[in-house]
Amino acid sequence: MAGTAVRGRLTWQDATVGVVKDETPEVRTISLDVPQWEGHRAGQHLDVRLTADDGYRAERSYSIASAPGEQVAITVERLPDGEVSPYLTEELRPGDDLELRGPIGGWFVWEPADGGPLLLLAGGSGIVPLRAILRYRERTGSTVPVRLLYSSRSWPDVIYRDELEQPAAGVEVIHTLTRLQPPGWTGYARRVDAQMLAEVVWPEDQAPLAYVCGPTSFVETVATGLVGLGYPAQRVKTERFGATGGTR
Amino acid sequence: MIEDLDGNAIGGMLLEVFGAEMTAAIGTCGNCGTTGPVAGLAVYLRGPGTVVRCPVCNFVLMVFVRQHEVTCVDLMGLAALG
Repeated sequence: MAGTAVRGRLTWQDATVGVVKDETPEVRTISLDVPQWEGHRAGQHLDVRLTADDGYRAERSYSIASAPGEQVAITVERLPDGEVSPYLTEELRPGDDLELRGPIGGWFVWEPADGGPLLLLAGGSGIVPLRAILRYRERTGSTVPVRLLYSSRSWPDVIYRDELEQPAAGVEVIHTLTRLQPPGWTGYARRVDAQMLAEVVWPEDQAPLAYVCGPTSFVETVATGLVGLGYPAQRVKTERFGATGGTR
Repeated sequence: MIEDLDGNAIGGMLLEVFGAEMTAAIGTCGNCGTTGPVAGLAVYLRGPGTVVRCPVCNFVLMVFVRQHEVTCVDLMGLAALG
């Protein structure tokens, strides 16, 4: 196919920071008032742009944490060497302005009509778009059965902990804590592997729909494992995030 | 080592360039013929431009280079997109 040069068509818009909530010591949920917001789908993300005094600009993608119909919110993890996330998690205050564009993405999305059962697999802050799916399922009164396998370093690192401790009817939440476990922990205590997937996932003959989000290595392991268990590749939707520029 | 992401990460840029949601569009590799959603392609963001490769054979499918608000797009590795 031929190359071409085009001008931008997706517009940046102004948002105002609303309520800010600390989820863990390193993770914060930021509610946003976006007057021009056209609405979003569960699983989509948006791009945030920061402009320094000297004109230098940095853009990052963040998954939308709220369900369609709820106020727009993003959940941001502070990365030690990050250009954008330290500002968003430490400096930003309610009432501050922020530039963003979105919603973005039409692949890693779920609608009640897509059915299930749903298998949600999250590594770290990969839980964010899956939380939007969970909330949307509840808001729409969907009764699709859900299993969520969520890998975190330790219990204090579990994002949306309170919410996940009281899941909606028909939602099972299974944690694995890879680095540190609280006293008396009886759950999984290792990285997700083929054996764990075999124990947790819906049998493929139930035609489950899988959503996998996390660091690249997590997504690779899980996606390969699911295909090995007989999941058709087109029933496994994946989203990878990394340290620079990718969806978080 | 540069960590690869996937086509979800360039959804905003693609929307800007094509004026339409593209992560669910199906691409066909011009080298090995693999077809799949743009969301599943391997994406490298840290170079001077953004490079998109086939996740199966690693062939370069798309390159995007941005300068002064203009994005130059090279889709030479794709046999089809839509």
